[in-house]
Order: sequence, then C-alpha cells, then structure tokens
Amino acid sequence: MNDILINIKHKHYDSTHSTQHNTIENLKFSLPSNEFICLIGPSGCGKTTLLNIIAQLDNDFEGEISQDGQALHPNIGYIFQNPRLLPWRTVRENIELVLNKEQSSDCVNLLLKSMQLEESQNKYPQHLSLGMSRRVSIIRAFAINPKILLMDEPFVSLDAPTARQVHELLIKLWLQRPHTILFVTHDLREAITLADRLVFLSPSPMSVISEIKVDIARENRNNENEIEGFRQKLLQNHPEINDLL
Amino acid sequence: MNLNKTLPSLSLLLFVLIWHGMAFFVNDNTLPSPVIVVEVLWKEVISGDLLRHLGITLQRLIISFSIAMLLGCAIGITLGINKKLNAFFDNWLVIFLNIPALVTIILCYVWFGLIESAAILAVVINKLPNVIVTIREGTKALDKDLLEMAVCYKFSKTKTFIHLIWPQLHPFVMAATRTGLALIWKIILVVELLGRSDGMGYQLHLYFQDFDVAHILAYTVAFITVIQAIELLILKPMDQQAIRWRR
Repeated sequence: MNDILINIKHKHYDSTHSTQHNTIENLKFSLPSNEFICLIGPSGCGKTTLLNIIAQLDNDFEGEISQDGQALHPNIGYIFQNPRLLPWRTVRENIELVLNKEQSSDCVNLLLKSMQLEESQNKYPQHLSLGMSRRVSIIRAFAINPKILLMDEPFVSLDAPTARQVHELLIKLWLQRPHTILFVTHDLREAITLADRLVFLSPSPMSVISEIKVDIARENRNNENEIEGFRQKLLQNHPEINDLL
Repeated sequence: MNLNKTLPSLSLLLFVLIWHGMAFFVNDNTLPSPVIVVEVLWKEVISGDLLRHLGITLQRLIISFSIAMLLGCAIGITLGINKKLNAFFDNWLVIFLNIPALVTIILCYVWFGLIESAAILAVVINKLPNVIVTIREGTKALDKDLLEMAVCYKFSKTKTFIHLIWPQLHPFVMAATRTGLALIWKIILVVELLGRSDGMGYQLHLYFQDFDVAHILAYTVAFITVIQAIELLILKPMDQQAIRWRR
C-alpha cells in the first residue's frame, strides 16, 4: 500500500470578518504506513487546524488528502489536547461508545489492562487524574483500530514522570498494533523520544521546513543521553529549526 | 440528632401553629383553623368529590404539560441549533412570552368554544414559550468539543442524542419541568374557573360564591400535597440519577 499524501494548497481563516489570511500555504508531506511522525512548530501556526482537516472535521480548504490518487476515508482516531471524555459516562462506557457493532469489547479489557486502568473502569472522568484521563482517551482512540491516529499535544501539563510513563505505554501499545501516528508537539525532546520522523513546520502561513529521520533504535529511546545527543546534533546541523522552538 | 433533617419538619409545625393561633384569635368563618380544614378535607375525600375533581385537574395537567414539554423541547433544540430560524422566530417568542395568561384563555374559549381541547390549548400556549426559551439556551450551551469528538468517532445521530446532547440538556429540562409544573397548575385552575364544569378550579369557584373558606383551603392542601408528592417521588429521584457522575 502506498503512502498517504497530505497536500494542502490553501487554508483560509477568518480572524475578523473583514480580513482573511492563510493559515496553511502549500503544505505537503507523506505519511508512510505504520510510521510515527511528529509535527513540530511554533504555537498558533495551525497544527490543530491541520489535524482537523485530516480528521475531516474541517472541510473548508483547497487541496487533497489522498492515497493512490483517491480521496481518503480511513478509520481515524483522534486524541485531542483535552481528553474530551463524556463526564456522565464511566471510563468503560466512554471507550465502548466509540466501538461499532462488529468490534468486540474484549479488546477494551486488553487495552484497559495495558494502560493500567482496569481498577478505574467504572469511575467517572471527574474522579480521575489528568494523566489517567489522557490514558483513557488513548485507549478510546486505539479501540477503533485506527488506520491513522492523530494526537494533538496530548501530554501537555503532565509532570515529567507521568509523561514518561504514558510515553512508554503509548509506544508499547503502538508496537503491538502498528498504524500511522501523527503527533503534534512543541517539545523537541518528546518528539525525538517518540518519532520515526520529525516534520518541522513554519509559523503561519504554515508549510514544511524540513523533515528529519530519527535513527535511534527503539530500545535506546529511554536513554536520556542518547536523546540529548541527537537533539544537540540536530540543532547544530539545522540552524533553521532554532527559531521554531 | 441531625438538625438539618429535623429543621424542615419543625418549620412546618411552626407554620401550622401560627395558622392555628391566628384562627383562634380571629375566630371567624373566613379563617378556619387547621383542624377544621383537615376535617373538611377528610369528609370530601370520603365522599369522593375531591378525588374526582382532583383527578380531572391532574389529567389536564399531565396532558397539557406533556404536550408543552415535548413540543417545547423539539422547537427549543431546533432554534438552538439553527441561527437563522432563531433570528426569525425570536420576536414571536417575545410576543408569546408576554401575552397575559388570562388573555390566551379568553381568546381560546372565544375562538374554539367552551370545550376541553380549547382549555388544554390555552394552557399549552401559556407554557410553551418558557420551555422553548429554556431548552434553546441549553442547546446553545452544548459543548462544541464533545460534538467534534462525536463527529470524529462517527457517532450516529441517535447515539449523539442519547449520550451527548441529552445529558447536557437534562438540567435545563428539569428547570423547565419544575417551573412548568408550578405555572401550569395555577393556570389550569383559572382555565377551569372560566370555562369548565368540573375540576379544582370549578369547585373553588363554587365555594367562593358561598364564601366557604374551609373548603377552599381543604382543596388547596390536597393540591399542594399532590405537587409535593410529584416533587419527592418523581423529580428528586430523576435528579439523583442524573447527577451521580458529579464530584
């Protein structure tokens, strides 16, 4: 199967009623299947808009998202910046609600177990910590067996140990059920820890500045020195990135 | 002893005592003591008259309330979602909100005759704008983030309504229900007084002509008891069920 192609020519945004400006201009990159891609760019450059376009929540743009020349209608999992759980449904109900009739709830048990949330499955979201809610929203996205998983700065405002724990759980889950992940962040260290490839985006109007492969073996990703070394080298070799961070 | 639990009963007891004391000092038929009122109430219950008229009024209440709530929710949600429709019908709402209840009742009787459906229609027209406005505001306040989530995860319309929209509208529906019951049962009595030959309003009208305050108060007590029972046995449990997820 060929790569998914993202090609957005223009995306306008009405900031006020009188002025229109482009948030995205000639943005082009490909999504090879089962690759973990991190999008890095300054805040406000339009990363969330891009994810909303891919998720087909926003259809008001010029361009196309295609695979083999055909428009794409894949199963998309979306992990939003806020977990967006239904507060009046339990953890388990929140996850089961996204399943269609063919998908069994057995996989929910497995996912709950792998995210260490079995004990909390009958709790309501307001009784969970932020880290736990984030893990629930990850399970919800994985439960539909997505072809593409969109993640919009999902680990912001988690403390370092919790973030590390969720990173590890995410990668473990992803290696078990591979699919394409598009992960938005502005934390370079986080990006290097998680991604196969980094895509750097310019400030608005957004386009791709450079794409960089992360060639650290998966088993060495929890080695802080290795990550830091890669980061230093990256910043030296690509001075254009410095302005984005 | 738990003071919070005994306070409501104590206050009720004090109310009855003050009433009794005033009746004792006034010592006139226009202010019968609670004892006399309870005696009259009991006599009316035994004779079956009170229950029959109460039943008829309650039946009218349930019918007009259900129509007003169902129609009001449907219109309210539609206006809340559709900005153009809302801009168009907003004026109508303001007009209907401000027509005095008595005017709608008289007009309904004049135009459609002194019939049951005219009575029900008059009550519905009085209540409907309130429900629409409350539910419309609830619909406007729906969480856009959650709706986006539902679109992304391909929720069906039914699923979206049951799991996303209804739980958010529930407090507004409860508010409309409570204010609705209080408003409707007061209007129904006027409707009955003006154009029906049965029901609580008609009975109150009869006793008013005799200046029979004991009977009027007996009917009032019966009605308050029924409304309280609805609150305690139906509305409170619905509230409890709906807020179990809150912290």
